[in-house]
Amino acid sequence: MTTLVGTWSLIRLILRRDRFRLTVWILVLGLVPVMTASAFIGLYPTEASRQALAATVVDSPAFNALLGPLYDISIGGLTAWRIGTLGSVFVALMAVLTMIRHTRDDEEAGRRELLGSTVVGHHAPLAAAIIVVVAIGLLVGLIITAGMVGLGEALTGSLAFGLGYALVAFAFAGVGAVSAQLTESASTGRGIAVGTVGFAFLLRMAGDAGADSGLSWLTWVSPFGWFSKLRPFGGEEWWVLSLWLLFGLVTIGAAFAISARRDVGAGAFPPRPGPAEAGATLGNPFGLAWRLQRGAFIGWALGIGAIGVVYGAAGDSIGDLLESNPQFAEIFEQLGGEQGITDTFFSAAVGIIAIIVSAYAIRSVLRLRVEEEGQRAEHVLATATPRLRWAWSHLVFGVAGPVLILALAGILVGVSYGLVIGDVWGPVPRIVGAAMTQLPAVWVLTGIAMALYGLAPGFVAVSWGFLVAFLLLGQLGQILQFPQWTLDLSPFSHIPMVPAEELEAMPLVILVLIAGGLIGAGLVGFRRRDVDF
Amino acid sequence: MSGLVKTFGATRALDGLDMEVATGEIHGFLGPNGAGKTTAIRIVLGLLRQDSGSVSLLGGDPWSEATELHRRLAYVPGDVMLWPTLTGGEVIDLLGRLRGGLDEERKAMLLERFDLDPTKKGRTYSKGNRQKVALIAALASNVELLILDEPTAGLDPLMEAQFREVVERDIRDGRTVLLASHILAEVEALCDRVSIVRKGRIVESGTLAELRHLTRTNVSAEVSSDPAAIAQVPGVHELRVHDHRVEFEVDSDRLGEAVKALAPLGVRSLISHPPTLEELFMRHYQDEVVE
Repeated sequence: MTTLVGTWSLIRLILRRDRFRLTVWILVLGLVPVMTASAFIGLYPTEASRQALAATVVDSPAFNALLGPLYDISIGGLTAWRIGTLGSVFVALMAVLTMIRHTRDDEEAGRRELLGSTVVGHHAPLAAAIIVVVAIGLLVGLIITAGMVGLGEALTGSLAFGLGYALVAFAFAGVGAVSAQLTESASTGRGIAVGTVGFAFLLRMAGDAGADSGLSWLTWVSPFGWFSKLRPFGGEEWWVLSLWLLFGLVTIGAAFAISARRDVGAGAFPPRPGPAEAGATLGNPFGLAWRLQRGAFIGWALGIGAIGVVYGAAGDSIGDLLESNPQFAEIFEQLGGEQGITDTFFSAAVGIIAIIVSAYAIRSVLRLRVEEEGQRAEHVLATATPRLRWAWSHLVFGVAGPVLILALAGILVGVSYGLVIGDVWGPVPRIVGAAMTQLPAVWVLTGIAMALYGLAPGFVAVSWGFLVAFLLLGQLGQILQFPQWTLDLSPFSHIPMVPAEELEAMPLVILVLIAGGLIGAGLVGFRRRDVDF
Repeated sequence: MSGLVKTFGATRALDGLDMEVATGEIHGFLGPNGAGKTTAIRIVLGLLRQDSGSVSLLGGDPWSEATELHRRLAYVPGDVMLWPTLTGGEVIDLLGRLRGGLDEERKAMLLERFDLDPTKKGRTYSKGNRQKVALIAALASNVELLILDEPTAGLDPLMEAQFREVVERDIRDGRTVLLASHILAEVEALCDRVSIVRKGRIVESGTLAELRHLTRTNVSAEVSSDPAAIAQVPGVHELRVHDHRVEFEVDSDRLGEAVKALAPLGVRSLISHPPTLEELFMRHYQDEVVE
């Protein structure tokens, strides 16, 4: 296999370049499930307490859509339900992002060419990236298995959980590998790969939520659905592991086949010629930024909109839950009856959508850094374009983009829920209102990214750390019983749970002021600092 | 620019750089890699701010009046990166519009002369073609100052010749050009004045004639008697004697004394020529290697 010569050296290069990044992935992906299980032990020590928790969720398509079905009420079973499927999405993201980073990114930047002239086989970079991703998957699986067994959970379930994650990494290494082959552009490849992850998750959501309407087969189509079909701690179906294995082998095989047929630097699809002259809109920095950001804007809007549709369709199921569980009718009454429960569900759904929108806001702002580091900013900044105008041309996508995407998502949640309950436009205003309430928290993330860009441009990636921290605080902080002041660090914890709760203006105003202050600091910092190369 | 200092961490990129480019001249800016050429240019463009010293660009402050001043200049970076999804034609138009105007006629002429296909996407261009895109955008812009950082690096010799011809014929016309370059023949052909930078300082500056005057002349001669006595003449360096052949360098203002010393030795042949720019340049490079 001369085409694989040099694979080992390339693996070492990847490990050297990404030693921090990969360590963080392994620790977060591996330890979060174990920490969740450990918290559940403290929270629900008795069988009865777990039974009570299970009863609230077991028949609810809404919860099924969010998290997948609950099969078993052991600590392990609850953990697999609460964190298993959601966590596997992040395993898949790790896999596709790492794959593209070490294949197409290097190729587009010309680094691959440098390697290609040395003793490195044609397939070696692809093979090296796949081996690294699979190794990370195995390490994550090992941490989970060891951790769960260490907490006293069943070995079979722990092993299924760990192996499931390892194989999700394997399957999505294949998705990343194929995406990297298709186009010459790494960012398009990333879009295809992350879009595939999102689409697979949507299929699983729709399948799990729509079990009653004959859509449950969709769960079987999605590699994320297979995690619940594997049933860790709930009577493991070991053969399901072979689905990921097969999926991974087919996609990886396809990637190698495409790679063998194409030139270094080229994609499977040849580039098309474009216009010889610029259109009328491409005459100022905003026209340029729109041209560079429109693809991502449309892609994120469609993806987040699709999630909204699924959430909306799941909303009606709350009522069924109420009827089937008279024991909990009382609690629901306290929460405001069926209306109250549905509203609580929608507040939670809008909160999750807001986190995803924040990711969009951060990447939009950080496009500034991409342009600067890519030495394209200097073209524009050496023309009659003031620095702040150039900064705003991208920043506006992080400020106004979330407004449009949240509004669209709110409308789609509302309409989709409205269609189910037979009142198409009825729920729309309330849910759009709830979505808009999230804006100040999203803008805080926009502000954090901008402040880092202006004041500490070498550390812009820390923005993602803030987002992950806020996500973990919001999703797991209460389960893990973090002290209240740590929970309050997240801007999302200050957003009133509209429509379930009253709208309170004060926290929103304060968040907007914080966001504005951060953006202002970033702009002033950028105006004063050197343009970096 | 006077007394410019700029440090990046522990490295002192500019160490008291003084330089002047007069309106209407083509000024060559020479120096080895890492000497500080690009840093100086980026300060002039207001992309970097100097730690100390002062800069004036077209009568203004390049940092605080950047926008206004940039309307009057065009810049071609040394390492041209383009937007992967924009075509070359789009980039040329975009940069022209951002600068405040493009001469369409000149653009068409340049596209033809540089033989560039403007419909290809940025990521598919080679280094030379990316360079051409930025060059055409700059040369076609209606500006009074061009700042070109190694504009022909990556161009083939044919295109290099085109560039020289275009600058000579169409661009010169009243415009000021700052040309950082490694191609000495290009600088020699185009530039009115030259500054040589080393380790963040200007070590030579002036017209080519002045620089030659300040430096050494190469002399090689054949004489009938032993030429060892030449070594005693002040201002003679690098003396090499092979039997009756003698080669040396002499400080240009001592040339007369050297010739006087040669005369009694019975000169059979004598060749003397002023230093080429390359020799000027090599002298400063080599000093560095020796240190």
